[in-house]
Amino acid sequence: MVRLGAFGVGLLFVVTLLWAAVQPRDPVQPDPVEKYHLAPVAIDWSWRGPGNAGIFGTFDRAQLQRGFAVYKGICSACHAIHRVAFRDLADIGFTAPQIKALAKEYDIPSIDDKTGEPSTRKGLPSDKFPLIYPNEIAARAAQNGALPPDLSLITKAREGGANYVHSLITGYRDAPKDWQVPDGLYYNPYFRSLNVAMPPPLSGDGQIEYADGTKATKDQMARDVATFLTWTAEPKLEARRSTGVAAVLFLAALSVLAYLSYVRVWADIKHPKAGAVPAE
Amino acid sequence: MSFPWAKHYQPTTTFGRYLDAKLPLPRFIYDSVGAGYPAPKNLNYFYNFGFLAGAALMIQIITGIVLAMHYRADTSLAFDSVEHIMRDVNSGWLIRYMHAVGASFFFAVVYIHIFRGLYYGSYKAPREVLWMLGVVILLLMMAAAFMGYVLVWGQMSFWGATVITNLFSAVPYVGETLHTWLLGGFAADNATLNRFFSLHYLLPFVILGVIILHVWALHIPGSNNPTGVDVKGPQDTVPFHPYYTAKDFFGLSVYLMLFAGVVCFLPNALGEPDNYIPANPLATPAEIVPEWYLLPFYAILKSFTVDFLFIPAKLWGVLAMVSAIALLFFLPWLDTSPVRSNTYRPLNRIFFWVLVADCLVLGYCGGHPPVEPLVRIGQLAAAYYFAHFLLIVPFVARIEKPLPLPHSINEAVLGKESKTGAPIGLQPPGYNETPAGTLGSGGATPQPAE
Repeated sequence: MVRLGAFGVGLLFVVTLLWAAVQPRDPVQPDPVEKYHLAPVAIDWSWRGPGNAGIFGTFDRAQLQRGFAVYKGICSACHAIHRVAFRDLADIGFTAPQIKALAKEYDIPSIDDKTGEPSTRKGLPSDKFPLIYPNEIAARAAQNGALPPDLSLITKAREGGANYVHSLITGYRDAPKDWQVPDGLYYNPYFRSLNVAMPPPLSGDGQIEYADGTKATKDQMARDVATFLTWTAEPKLEARRSTGVAAVLFLAALSVLAYLSYVRVWADIKHPKAGAVPAE
Repeated sequence: MSFPWAKHYQPTTTFGRYLDAKLPLPRFIYDSVGAGYPAPKNLNYFYNFGFLAGAALMIQIITGIVLAMHYRADTSLAFDSVEHIMRDVNSGWLIRYMHAVGASFFFAVVYIHIFRGLYYGSYKAPREVLWMLGVVILLLMMAAAFMGYVLVWGQMSFWGATVITNLFSAVPYVGETLHTWLLGGFAADNATLNRFFSLHYLLPFVILGVIILHVWALHIPGSNNPTGVDVKGPQDTVPFHPYYTAKDFFGLSVYLMLFAGVVCFLPNALGEPDNYIPANPLATPAEIVPEWYLLPFYAILKSFTVDFLFIPAKLWGVLAMVSAIALLFFLPWLDTSPVRSNTYRPLNRIFFWVLVADCLVLGYCGGHPPVEPLVRIGQLAAAYYFAHFLLIVPFVARIEKPLPLPHSINEAVLGKESKTGAPIGLQPPGYNETPAGTLGSGGATPQPAE
């Protein structure tokens, strides 16, 4: 009875699927975006360590600080990093007085403690980087309908991560002849729809004056800010990797010992010897 | 229940005897995973995965309880609280990545465990109930994993929840009502997130309860083994402790090493970047896909693209997806071959490996956009999935001529073949009986072969 029922049900599903499979398909129009879209260029990042393997690498503090300078000087005109607190910058080598001074440059929404009216106060190290626009509507109104995303998690929220950020901000070019770019948008083959609302953020070499004297080429700035945004998305990356190296080494040693004891326990079963005492 | 030659617990201290009289917990442990539980001596490494699944569940429960201390089930706070765990909670990043990667490892281990059961015929009598309880655990795991993924309240969480709960609306007549009732509203929102959190906290303990039944049902007939031949006597078994505790500990060490490697070096490799974007009901992601472990079933759902026999395509898909798991309940009665292990089933073995490949193809099709030729490949793969279990397995059992079975596990270990070459059920009377004098001898020391 079970097998008879199964035969019926099985036949029904199989026939339905085969019927669906032999249906003619609508002709597919080739997607013009597919033709021009490019995958992000893969880069050997210093923080991915030897072989770009992502096992031993640590962030270069100087590069993180340069990346922050690029973010502050260029990106922060439109993009917030609202998940990062000022105090977090201690991790990338800022001193406590520097952080305090930096926080003071920002106004944080607050309540006036006398009148109860909305007001602002000077930032503290414990505050997060403030939003650029109070809400999405304000952002779109100011940005010609576009919404600049928060960048705190951007390298984890896009396929390709840091490679994508680097490719996107250095990848602006003239559109192919058969590609129409609507007014107010810019052609970028690394962007999903090829038409991005963000104007090219890096205009040319020397746009930022690096404190450490590094030459601020477009590529250098893009690498630095992509590295900085990798840190904002994954601030515990270094702790994670060092934990991983220690844990894997420990567990590898444990596995060897566990294997040896397994072999020892099973020795009398697998290779019985006359007079041997079983392990139990 | 155990074999007659199982060793008996002997408390050696005064306290041990006192406890044994009042609450015989040490005796219970001894009889279930200690020296008092004889297990076939030829279990290979694939038999480690049941224990590993239990370990994976414990990791999920422990990390999950800690995460719940910092998580807030509110649509306006959920995503932020997850990032709070990643950034501000001490070792929060480790706990959360262990939980997220742990879910994938749990499914990987359980799928290997299931395919091991399929290969060695562990679902067959007398282990049908054991197998069915396992299918229940799989269903509960899928529900728990799906709801856990929603809790992040990222883009893929929200749209995954929307798509999956929307499937219930395909039920005739009551579908819309059911859909609204499940969500607690007309769309996935705060009520949905709250109930998913509540159920996500409950289900692991339900799973734990069913696992206890699963292990209980295992201990009645004892483990199956790679030959599929019944245990005949003490020469076929070793005490679970120390033999399999030592083997399981080795397996656990290797498992934890791989786990630590993925958690610490590739924690987001199995995730979707879109889930690092906070949920936005107004922006649909380009492609909505579930986690990898649900992809084969998702592919089956997507494969039903045409209305057929007055049943809409969507309802076909839902029926098929449910059936794809439900049919496993009937497998013990669909496969009527008296031989358990595929080692001795030359024809069925081929179809087993085709099924493995088929599931991988379905997984691939489920994870990619529906463009030709992937849709047709997925439809053929889904057709094979149903044909395999419902048509091929019962048929193969009828026509297949099994290879000669070993007389006993011990003979198989020593490399001898059966003299009669007949399957277990067809062995001549008296052939299977335990050699006289070994019953109840109490020793698990291997006996010399006859």
